[in-house]
Amino acid sequence: MPLSAYLVVSLGIFALGALGLMLRRNPLVMLMCVELMWNAANLAFVAFARGLDAMSGHVFAFVVITVAAAEVAIGLAILVLLFRQKPSQDVDEASLLKD
Amino acid sequence: MILLVFVLGTLMAVAGAIGVVSARKPVHGVIAMILNFAGLAVLYLTLQAEFLAVVQLIVYAGAVMVLFLFVVALLTAQARAPQLRPDRLKGQPVLAGGAAGLVLLVLVGVGLRAAGRAGPWEGDFGGVVRFGEELLTNHVLAFEALSLVLMVAVIGVIVLVGRRRPSQAAERRPGSGGRS
Repeated sequence: MPLSAYLVVSLGIFALGALGLMLRRNPLVMLMCVELMWNAANLAFVAFARGLDAMSGHVFAFVVITVAAAEVAIGLAILVLLFRQKPSQDVDEASLLKD
Repeated sequence: MILLVFVLGTLMAVAGAIGVVSARKPVHGVIAMILNFAGLAVLYLTLQAEFLAVVQLIVYAGAVMVLFLFVVALLTAQARAPQLRPDRLKGQPVLAGGAAGLVLLVLVGVGLRAAGRAGPWEGDFGGVVRFGEELLTNHVLAFEALSLVLMVAVIGVIVLVGRRRPSQAAERRPGSGGRS
């Protein structure tokens, strides 16, 4: 399979994730859309690793997976704290720091 | 041959992505995300990234999504009762079962046809041994930094939502952090 095919798939998934991040207001769904973008980047990393016969692409993808897991853990902890104060599923309502 | 597996993986990944973006309930989004991860694992396998495919399934689909499910269940437990909906179309369960059976057949067929016929794989690229060599010789700093990141994440989560001792819990009044 040509490398560009995998890159087009990665582009499509990244675009869908970005679209979802901009359009949805539920913070859980927004976090999942950010995960989608990470995965699209991972696919690009792995595709290039195969294309250039370099294992460091796999190592990069591994680092991305680990950092994504850590970030999701902290993000979800913050969300749980936020929803303890105000039980609304709308991220637009978390505007206490706004002028 | 690899084209079939590639198309299948792409369809799964894109279907999962569309499901995440357009799901009305977050739980459905999580299930669609798992489908997306499975499709991506298939794509990794076509790229001879065997270790990464398994790591993706174990860590992403197996741990991160389970964490999401827990938090979704925790946060939507006080949701309002669902409104009454119009009656479902007749025959919908049969149709859904037929479509699911068809998809299962396609999956099994492609899997069986692709089994035992390795594509243009060369040597041990993408295996655990090569991955370990690369990670622990050329990227040791990243490896150590990763363990630091994970430790910081664990400490952060404990500090944020860890259980307080009763004396400290009595001091802070509930609901005092938000704007009244």
